[in-house]
Amino acid sequence: MHRTGELYGQFQTLEQQKESSTLGMWIFLVTEVLFFGGMFLTYTINRHDYFTAFGIGSNTLDIRLGTINTAVLIMSSLTMAMAVWSAQVGKKQLVTGFLIATLALGSVFLGIKVVEYKQKFDHHLIPGRGFDVWYLVDNAQPQTEIERKQLADEREELHKATLTDPDIQSHAQLYFSLYFAMTGLHALHMIVGAGLLIWLIKVSLRGRFTPKYNTPVEIVGLYWHFVDIVWIYLFPLLYLIDRHR
Amino acid sequence: MTGIARKWGESIAVAEHSEHIVSPVVYMGIFLALLVGTGLTVWAAFQNFGPFNIVIALGIASIKATLVVLYFMHARYSPKRTQLVIVCAIFWLAIMLSLTLADYQTRNRRLSHLVSAAAIYRT
Repeated sequence: MHRTGELYGQFQTLEQQKESSTLGMWIFLVTEVLFFGGMFLTYTINRHDYFTAFGIGSNTLDIRLGTINTAVLIMSSLTMAMAVWSAQVGKKQLVTGFLIATLALGSVFLGIKVVEYKQKFDHHLIPGRGFDVWYLVDNAQPQTEIERKQLADEREELHKATLTDPDIQSHAQLYFSLYFAMTGLHALHMIVGAGLLIWLIKVSLRGRFTPKYNTPVEIVGLYWHFVDIVWIYLFPLLYLIDRHR
Repeated sequence: MTGIARKWGESIAVAEHSEHIVSPVVYMGIFLALLVGTGLTVWAAFQNFGPFNIVIALGIASIKATLVVLYFMHARYSPKRTQLVIVCAIFWLAIMLSLTLADYQTRNRRLSHLVSAAAIYRT
């Protein structure tokens, strides 16, 4: 394609080029909204039907790790926004620095997600043959009096849940299927975002992003913030269904 | 470029000559608001508001999402055209959610019902 410096042949000015790219990215994000929207819709219908099982499933998630991850992701959005700002005001080294910070925070998020997934494997909470909502209660070894009391409460809760929903084993699997599908799809987007960031960092190290030309930083930023928004909804919907007792 | 294409190109080019740079102070403010929102969501989840727990959780999430879209994604300073695209996204999502949920609400659809209905049909 013919291009003069940063300006591709089909555009008249850099502003027009940036405007077109941004609009294109937004239109892609609309399709993403509807893509994730389908999953949220499935979630809503099943949560409505099997609320008890979804509450039991949700309460097995580690709320501390979830909250930390939310904060990590919000912080990565801040560093991404700051990378855009740095490019706009022409601070080339800051652009690279903020992009690396964003990549680092994104990696921390994925790392914590791995820890959470591992816990679910250990606790037999992966949908399939080994699935067992009772596994944790049956196999826990409480050390202190508080832990013993907690375990008794959990056992009581599961018993009550089984009375309301006799088929809690399959319905809890439905919750975990959605949990893994939704967080997995979100994590996949994070991995794609991390790839884009690595590319941006490489380009940025060559000093390519300036106040006149920073379109790639801007549109990867849009993508990154969108992924953040998905998590902003996923966190309360998956972790905080039925916490008050 | 010929006639119409040129005209379009120029009108877009002329409309966007100045770029709005959002200051780091605003970004920091939004970041802090998002953190407060997260804390508030977690706190609210442990209170018993009955049927309003989910409303509060989604309300806070929507406020957070709006802040991200308006400031981090610069929607507030974007041209009308981009803002229209964003509104369309919300509108289409609303159509998908409301029509599908309305359908599920008004239909007898438990799988067990379908199975027994099929069994009756066969006999």
